[in-house]
Amino acid sequence: MGDYLDKWKQYREPGFPGQLDYAWGLAVDLDRCTGCEACVVACQAENNLPIVGEKDVGEGREIQWLRIERYWEGEYPDLRLRFLPMLCQHCASAPCETVCPVAATYHNQDGLNVQVYNRCIGTRSCAAYCPYEVRYFNWRTPRWDPPLEQQLNPDVSVREMGVMEKCTFCIQRIRLAKDQAKDEGRRVGPDEVQPACVQSCPSQALRFGDRQAPDSAVSKASRSARAYAVLEELNTRPVITYLRKGEEHD
Amino acid sequence: MTEQGLSHARLNRDVLRTLTETGPVYWWALGLALAVSLVCFFLPWGYQLVAGVGVAGMNRPLVWGMYLSNFIFWIGLSHSGTLLSAVLHITGSPWRRAIYRSAEAMTLFSLMVAVLFVFVHVGRPWNIYWSLPYPNQRELWPNFRSPLLFDVTAITTYLTASFTFLFMGAMPDLAAARDGTTGWRKTLYTWLALGWRGTEREWHHLGWAYTFFAVLIIPLAVSVHSIVSWDFALSTVPGFHQTVFAPYFVVGAIYSGTAGIVTVMFLLRKLYHFEAYITEDHFDKLGRLLLVLSLLWTYINGLELFTGWYSGSSAELETLRYKLTGLYAPLYWAMLLFCAALPLVLTSSRVRHSFRSMLAISVLVNIGMYFERFLIIATSLPRKFLPNTWRDYLPTWVELAILLGSLAIFVSLFLIFVKLVPSLSIYEVKETLPHGKGADGEGPP
Repeated sequence: MGDYLDKWKQYREPGFPGQLDYAWGLAVDLDRCTGCEACVVACQAENNLPIVGEKDVGEGREIQWLRIERYWEGEYPDLRLRFLPMLCQHCASAPCETVCPVAATYHNQDGLNVQVYNRCIGTRSCAAYCPYEVRYFNWRTPRWDPPLEQQLNPDVSVREMGVMEKCTFCIQRIRLAKDQAKDEGRRVGPDEVQPACVQSCPSQALRFGDRQAPDSAVSKASRSARAYAVLEELNTRPVITYLRKGEEHD
Repeated sequence: MTEQGLSHARLNRDVLRTLTETGPVYWWALGLALAVSLVCFFLPWGYQLVAGVGVAGMNRPLVWGMYLSNFIFWIGLSHSGTLLSAVLHITGSPWRRAIYRSAEAMTLFSLMVAVLFVFVHVGRPWNIYWSLPYPNQRELWPNFRSPLLFDVTAITTYLTASFTFLFMGAMPDLAAARDGTTGWRKTLYTWLALGWRGTEREWHHLGWAYTFFAVLIIPLAVSVHSIVSWDFALSTVPGFHQTVFAPYFVVGAIYSGTAGIVTVMFLLRKLYHFEAYITEDHFDKLGRLLLVLSLLWTYINGLELFTGWYSGSSAELETLRYKLTGLYAPLYWAMLLFCAALPLVLTSSRVRHSFRSMLAISVLVNIGMYFERFLIIATSLPRKFLPNTWRDYLPTWVELAILLGSLAIFVSLFLIFVKLVPSLSIYEVKETLPHGKGADGEGPP
């Protein structure tokens, strides 16, 4: 019982998220994004995303932890296309976390919104509550046509039918970096970890790092005059900073 | 109830006759209901368990679909049964006595069907017990902040309380059935009557306990549907995120539940020839109740539209536009016709006294209320915040079949019930007969 109380007190301490081990965050520079979708492909390969097939894609059941949303503005010939890379915002006050009846999604000590596949019972309420639509449900048993099953990433679990999944910020890479840092008796450097999307972005529109370190790329980005959060008015406190397109380019 | 010449013995005979004498129509009806349950509910559900929830028409923004609408609909139908019975018991309305047994049974069975839909809805129903707070080795508890967990708690409580209320109220009648039957029925009722002998002390205890439960049930019934509404209202989704949702759902539930009672009473009266016990007077009073509820419901509906429009938020306005003019607009206007406009004819006393028109209105109200539950989901989720993800929803044959099948399950349960438990409260109807008290003592106060 004493153990429980200690744990409880620990979590009740004011100062969240300063109390987290790390506060991982992402910055998306919309000025740099070309909409090439290299990040989408990298995410697919890294995280064993199920290939749902043509029929289910047509029915709106594709699984893309990271997607590039396209917004057209204006009328022809003054057309303008804007890209908005959309992935789990790892909100500090996430609507999905409160609604899950079995606590299959929660905030961990790294400031990540994590999804426990084995705990999920598939009520899909997290996805209904998510304003960003970044939670993806396994409507059917995922199948990889041979030999594609040979290329699955052994560091990432394959999800079964009936569970929810979403972007993890490539938690397997974060774990690996934390393990190495622990062995060497140091903290993980603010820009040491790179999720697959960040790694593959040719124009370096995506930057990943620890928001607790003031000089990390994400911290700098969040102080930029161009910084904003998508759907800020909903008070979900997302950790992804978007840098809006500079006016001079318009 | 001023029927002359109704003797207690005849009442006993009339009601117990419904238990023992079974005509071919009953067996056909029961067989049909069971067959439809199997073919339309259990087989498609089995298919879905194997192939995944993907066989339903849900997609990404619309991760909730018809299954949840059905869940709300059945929970809604479950209201009034027990609630009405409890309220009328406390206010001492004598006309409750002829109807309350079937009303409470309706509550119980529609709750059971509703719970079934939770299993149909989730992706991995075999793990659904994880949402119960049971001690386990891994020290894992459910998430007590989740409105879905509030739901689990509220519904199990309501189910238990409704069952107890129904069972307790039926106990003297089960004893009457025990004394009036032979064979396996006698054994069954001996068990069910729990040794009821009808002494003064027993009546006293029953009366006390019954009133206690009646008082307990009222806040429970209100809380259950408030909590169901929080499944939606606690999100930020436009169309769900409304403070009026709790009263909206409660009023809607009582509304559809009352309409359901009218339908069931009409059928019971016809099928069992209870013309002497269920009279125009009952329909008149239920008609008045329906009228009041329809006005309340209409008001709250207007409020919902107003708050959406007044918020001025582009997401709310788009949801409103989609609801009023989008894919499901015909359903929306049909709902308003059935639930807001049509019940206004209940202001006429002639309509309230006509069994047929009351039946028609009650069925149409429930169809409209089903549309309401469907639209809450099917017009809110397709228009969330990011326009890039907007998408419409069309239910598949699996979802439609399961809806039909659930109706058949409800009918089957009801048909089995009317053969097992006296569907009219014998001892309480006796009290309303001329010449006062029943032979076996006084009913609960």
